[in-house]
Amino acid sequence: MSQRKRSKGLSSSQMTDGEEDCSPSQRDQPFQDQMNQKVSELVQFLLVKDQKKIPIRRADMLKTVGQKYKNYTEIVNRAGKTLQEVFGLQLMEIDTKLHTYILIDNLPRAEGEYLCKDKEKEKMGLLLVVLSFIFMKGNSVKDTALWEFLRLLRVHPGKPHKVFGDVRKLLMDEFARQKYLDVTPIPLTDPPEFKFQWGPRAEKETSKKDVLKFVAKIQGKDPTFWVSQNKEAEAEAAS
Amino acid sequence: MAAQMTNAHRRFLQVLMSNGITEASQARKLHQHCCEIDKVYYAHDKLDDFISTINSHLQPLFMQIRKGISEEDGRAHYAVVNLAETEVTKMASDYTETELELFRKTMDLIILSENGFASSTDILNLADQLKTKKMKKKEAEQVLKVFVEDKWLSEKNGEYTLHTRCIIEMEQYILSNYQDVARKCNICHSLAIQSQVCECCGIGMHLPCVRKYFRGQAEPRCPKCNEFWSCDLPGTSQMGSHTHHRAHSQA
Repeated sequence: MSQRKRSKGLSSSQMTDGEEDCSPSQRDQPFQDQMNQKVSELVQFLLVKDQKKIPIRRADMLKTVGQKYKNYTEIVNRAGKTLQEVFGLQLMEIDTKLHTYILIDNLPRAEGEYLCKDKEKEKMGLLLVVLSFIFMKGNSVKDTALWEFLRLLRVHPGKPHKVFGDVRKLLMDEFARQKYLDVTPIPLTDPPEFKFQWGPRAEKETSKKDVLKFVAKIQGKDPTFWVSQNKEAEAEAAS
Repeated sequence: MAAQMTNAHRRFLQVLMSNGITEASQARKLHQHCCEIDKVYYAHDKLDDFISTINSHLQPLFMQIRKGISEEDGRAHYAVVNLAETEVTKMASDYTETELELFRKTMDLIILSENGFASSTDILNLADQLKTKKMKKKEAEQVLKVFVEDKWLSEKNGEYTLHTRCIIEMEQYILSNYQDVARKCNICHSLAIQSQVCECCGIGMHLPCVRKYFRGQAEPRCPKCNEFWSCDLPGTSQMGSHTHHRAHSQA
């Protein structure tokens, strides 16, 4: 928990300039003030966008900072650093072609705490079940298999659920957009079939080890019962 | 130099932000929970210090965890507010231009009213006078529902007032944009939306402040002009039992 501890605190007038070579003495004060202003505007923008967990486009970040602003990279870096140090959130580019970013909660997870903090517990519970299913089935499942599995839990994709609403939409739109799940159409299938995999947010906000622990707890077994999954989870944890 | 933030602080801040608004007893539980998870020093009476550490790091970002008192029952709440906000920017990203106009008009009605409430009829009558785009009553009704769900407004028997979250977040905005009409409570000196007003000198007081101030007084008199306080004193039974219960569960 102290990996991000730094030897210096933040004084009220300056943002996190940390190890960077732009100490206030090297640059003039109005410039610093303007930079700080831009950084805090960007941080706020990212936080507001993050409330919905929707990926943020670089173009929109640029717009916030001001299109013509030359120090864009530095501002983004400093905003990222501030998000990490103050909020425990990591700014991550998830698509290097489309240049989209998400904020990922990277505080260490507590024992027995999976994915959710406080809000949306139910949805996150369903997500954990879906992630477990995908992992246990070899990291990729067809939609038909997933729906069949969920039916066993009395969650029917066709019928509105009283907590989850339209489950198909929740999985294929909301969780996919939030990058918890990767949903890809399987080519040349009619009616169209889909492949479900973990999305980058899931990879970051949970781990195979935690998910396996969850499955083991539900089934009342030891994680080592599943030899290959356990090996995979341990390998991921060690990397 | 500000105290260092730990993961417990960061965790607390994250939950506070995702809650929108957090009641004080919940915040105390959360404080303990975060300290235990991240194994940092915890003392039950140190929540204020814990928050001020976070605030010292939020300050350069023009943000702050602010405490506010519910106008209804006098209970304390916490919310993360944006101090740089001159307009309603946090809302701006969540709502359409038309919805925001409806909100502003509703806020006008509430603040200009005597008691801090606007009736749904009066609000819905605004719907077809919006400049950006006219709204059907049905649509406006739906939008009001969302404002209540998102804790910007609260509703009681078809009457709407500003939610505690809205007051905590927008106090500065309201005080500067409604300079001549927005009242401040004579007791606690913060913005008063739901209030009782002295018929004689016009000062306002929050209902929980009225209760507290006049407690045990046989003949309540205005703290400013000393005239007899003509408003009915707000009921105390519900409030009394509530605080009692709270006080015990905290100990």
